[in-house]
Amino acid sequence: MSEFSVLQQKAESFYPNYGRKAELQHQTHYCPGCGHGIISKLLARAIDELGIQDRTILVNPVGCSVFGYYYFDVGNIQSAHGRAPAVATAAKRARPHSVVVSYQGDGDLAAIGTAEILHAANRGEPITVIFVNNAIYGMTGGQLAPTTPVGAKSTTTPYGRSIFNEGYPLHVCETLASLEAPVYLERVAIGNIKGILQAGKAIRRGLENQVNGLGFSLIEVLSPCPTIWKTTPQDAQKRIREELSKIYPVGVFRDLTGDRGARPAALPAPTLNELPALLELDAAHTFETPDRRPTQAVDWRIKVAGFGGQGVLMLGEVLAEAGLAAGLDVSWLPSYGPEMRSGTSNCHVRLATHAIDSPLISRPNVLLALNEPSLRKFVHTVEPGGWVLYNADTLPPDCRRDDVNFVTDSFTKIADGIGDTRVGNIVMLGALMEAAHLVGDEQVDAALAHTVKSARWLEFDRKALVAGKLAARRIVQGVVQ
Amino acid sequence: MPKQLIKGNEAIVKSAILAGCRAFYGYPITPASELAEAAAKYMPLAGGTFLQAESETASIYMLFGAAAAGVRAMTASSGPGISLMQEGLSYLAGAELPCVIADIMRGGPGLGNIAPEQGDYNQVVKGGGHGCYHTIVLAPDSVQEMADLTALAFDLADAYRNPVFVLADGAIGQMMEPVEFMARPVEPRHMPWAVEATPETRKNLVTSIYLEPDNLEAHIRKLEAKYRRCEREEVRFEEYQTGDAEVVLMGYGITARILKAVVEQLRATGLRVGLLRPITLYPFPVAAVQRLARSAKLFGVVELSTGQMLDDVRLALNGARPVEFYGRAGGNVPPAEEVARFVRRIARQYGVAVAEEELAHV
Amino acid sequence: MEGTHMATQIKPDRGMVEVNQEECKGCGLCVDVCTPKALQLSTGLNRYGYHPAEYAGHGCNGCGLCFYACPEPGAITVYKRTLAEPVAA
Ligand SMILES: Cc1ncc(C[n+]2csc(CCOP(=O)(O)OP(=O)(O)O)c2C)c(N)n1
Ligand code: SF4
Ligand code: SF4
Ligand code: SF4
Repeated sequence: MSEFSVLQQKAESFYPNYGRKAELQHQTHYCPGCGHGIISKLLARAIDELGIQDRTILVNPVGCSVFGYYYFDVGNIQSAHGRAPAVATAAKRARPHSVVVSYQGDGDLAAIGTAEILHAANRGEPITVIFVNNAIYGMTGGQLAPTTPVGAKSTTTPYGRSIFNEGYPLHVCETLASLEAPVYLERVAIGNIKGILQAGKAIRRGLENQVNGLGFSLIEVLSPCPTIWKTTPQDAQKRIREELSKIYPVGVFRDLTGDRGARPAALPAPTLNELPALLELDAAHTFETPDRRPTQAVDWRIKVAGFGGQGVLMLGEVLAEAGLAAGLDVSWLPSYGPEMRSGTSNCHVRLATHAIDSPLISRPNVLLALNEPSLRKFVHTVEPGGWVLYNADTLPPDCRRDDVNFVTDSFTKIADGIGDTRVGNIVMLGALMEAAHLVGDEQVDAALAHTVKSARWLEFDRKALVAGKLAARRIVQGVVQ
Repeated sequence: MPKQLIKGNEAIVKSAILAGCRAFYGYPITPASELAEAAAKYMPLAGGTFLQAESETASIYMLFGAAAAGVRAMTASSGPGISLMQEGLSYLAGAELPCVIADIMRGGPGLGNIAPEQGDYNQVVKGGGHGCYHTIVLAPDSVQEMADLTALAFDLADAYRNPVFVLADGAIGQMMEPVEFMARPVEPRHMPWAVEATPETRKNLVTSIYLEPDNLEAHIRKLEAKYRRCEREEVRFEEYQTGDAEVVLMGYGITARILKAVVEQLRATGLRVGLLRPITLYPFPVAAVQRLARSAKLFGVVELSTGQMLDDVRLALNGARPVEFYGRAGGNVPPAEEVARFVRRIARQYGVAVAEEELAHV
Repeated sequence: MEGTHMATQIKPDRGMVEVNQEECKGCGLCVDVCTPKALQLSTGLNRYGYHPAEYAGHGCNGCGLCFYACPEPGAITVYKRTLAEPVAA
């Protein structure tokens, strides 16, 4: 014996004994002559040859190969039917140095998992997909697969696949080849030893691409399923040669391995100390709120309403920020959704010296109505003694009340005078501050500086604030009460 | 301490990153989209991954992959998207993978609408996926809690190796309140069972398959024991004026905020009303309900639904006290005055006296 | 004369195979791929009831193809002769 040395033996990437299997721990669960066994061996061999056993992650969804983790001595993630490309995507992104293999059947990849495979391929995820096309559902006992040939019988096409009922066989390599991202797509066939050796080369290249940091690789393997095809292992390979290879021609559908450079490496992660600033939680974006609340108890319940585009939500936000700067408890609750895009928009702002219970305001003591429908909708909900600011010169007769304070002016027109109609909301804010003194001027200014990011707009807003105050000074004396 | 006025949805993302979350996979849906948008902005800056997936199904399995590879990961969605995730949640629980899902509830069933509702309670708290599993469910009622409970969610997910939900409604998600974020960011942690593509973790296997009935049963018993421990150790709730309460109101999320206002209004009229607010919906504060049942005459449950948490209250009480329900749905959020009318009605119905009358009797 | 005859008879095989009877499922794919017909299916059964493949004892040229044709990870081990000439007997 000493004159012989080992040429081919069980790959290192296989467990010597399959301890995760309940019984027959030295045999696979595959049927005699099954293509899965051959493909597994080719994959294990390639892993050995590339020396990547320690960093390989195998993702097995359901199908006859669901128990890949019995055999492969690599990191194993078992996943749901069809979802392996999504799982593989995230595992790869979580561990960029890994070599991630998604091993999927044709039911898995080409039926239930079409969205996941298409999008993983289209994103160019740098993973390797082994796609085992045996033109049938093996594990569940022989139902139609999307790849089943036209006319072929299966347990769910007892009269044969009909193009009018089930459509045509799905061509995965051809479909994926219509995408720009994939780097390598090849179809091989376990139809004879030549095909097997070619499959071995293709699988190895698929892994190599990943090792070299290239993008998405998929190897489709036409694979015999003697059991469900109800034939011998030999005739099963014959069917691959004579029938399936005609429907699914073997060959390379995409090879950009020479053209595409390695994908850019991830940027180094920031230190933990840098995080708060990156999350905009530094001093420039937060308020160092006063420790003590204002002594005089207040509970401003403000409703701001108008049409989308009038700056309703922003006005509310500035109010809430100003309240926060003043040491009050604050809340801001918008009406949201399509309403924001057109139609009416409103928000509820509460500023209080006590902890705010409901942020929902049904009985406001301040109403900022930027248009007539808003006034009409809410004016009667205002608490007696409250404030109503209305964006027009005169009050519609049916909105008159003598138990609330009205401040009416065309704030938007004043804004036009300043140079931009869009600061009408801030003119109204100025008027409100002058009339009702919710919070101090410095706090409103600090809030504006916080909310408004552009220096140009901040200037406009500051002007608008002053104009609003002047307007209110005029009106409040005349109109109020 | 510095505070930031911030939307609930954005607070979740910032808090998650501070808590060491480095992967966000999601699909846009109102009223949860700000989560994906904030994650898209901040995750890359933090050295993490953000990816807009092709569907919620893909998102939840991307969480599966990230969690299996040992990274703190999260997603966010609302009713229709959460329905799609149910399959993956069962797999995550079965494979014992930690991750966090934020559900910012909207109106259902079907497409429903995008206004705030609480109709996802059953599918989230009871679990819409197959098999014997639970998800841990935290229900914030303020933006501060959106931040705090998100950080807690990651810790519980790790401790129990189980998916954890932050279940909020559109109102809590969309509103802004001041938040004080955690002072010190958390270092991304290492999980010994994860598949990290290293020699040390090569033998690791993440799976939900247990082929032999005995093995699967043992696994299920192990999960069950974990859930029992969770029920013993992780129940969280807030009591508000329950000390002498004759009527105990129960609600969570935005409803609990309204109920606090209701308690204030009714206390002012002499009615002894209190609020029991579950913070963990699973595990449900069963013992707290039973303790209050000893002194209270009556329970009132209020939800933005036709009554889902209601079932858990009834189960906890097991007939010990009457339970009345008030629900609004379809995106309607009742003002405090409307709920107060309901409480006054049931108080009268069950003969709960106002305090002045009681005093007069003495 | 006898010696010459002996030399052709024992013209050394370039290879040798071992079939793990416990692992083999008797599919016969290795037998088909072996052009020198150095493999055959046993007439006996292994304990699973398969007719396992077995090495005929001679004729292997060490091509290794049976290894690739076989679906079982460790059913076949192929050896190759390391010495060019046999040590004289
Ligand atoms: C959601 C879901 N639906 C159905 C199944 C049942 N199922 C298991 S494997 C399988 C078909 C697998 O066929 P294929 O992907 O072609 O792999 P093969 O078994 O042929 O290798 C099905 C339908 C499942 N596990 N999950
Ligand atoms: S059913 Fe077909 S695919 Fe499945 S193990 Fe048997 S031969 Fe292989
Ligand atoms: S190595 Fe080649 S010659 Fe030897 S038994 Fe195998 S197939 Fe036949
Ligand atoms: S190919 Fe493998 S399993 Fe099949 S008969 Fe030969 S040794 Fe046995």
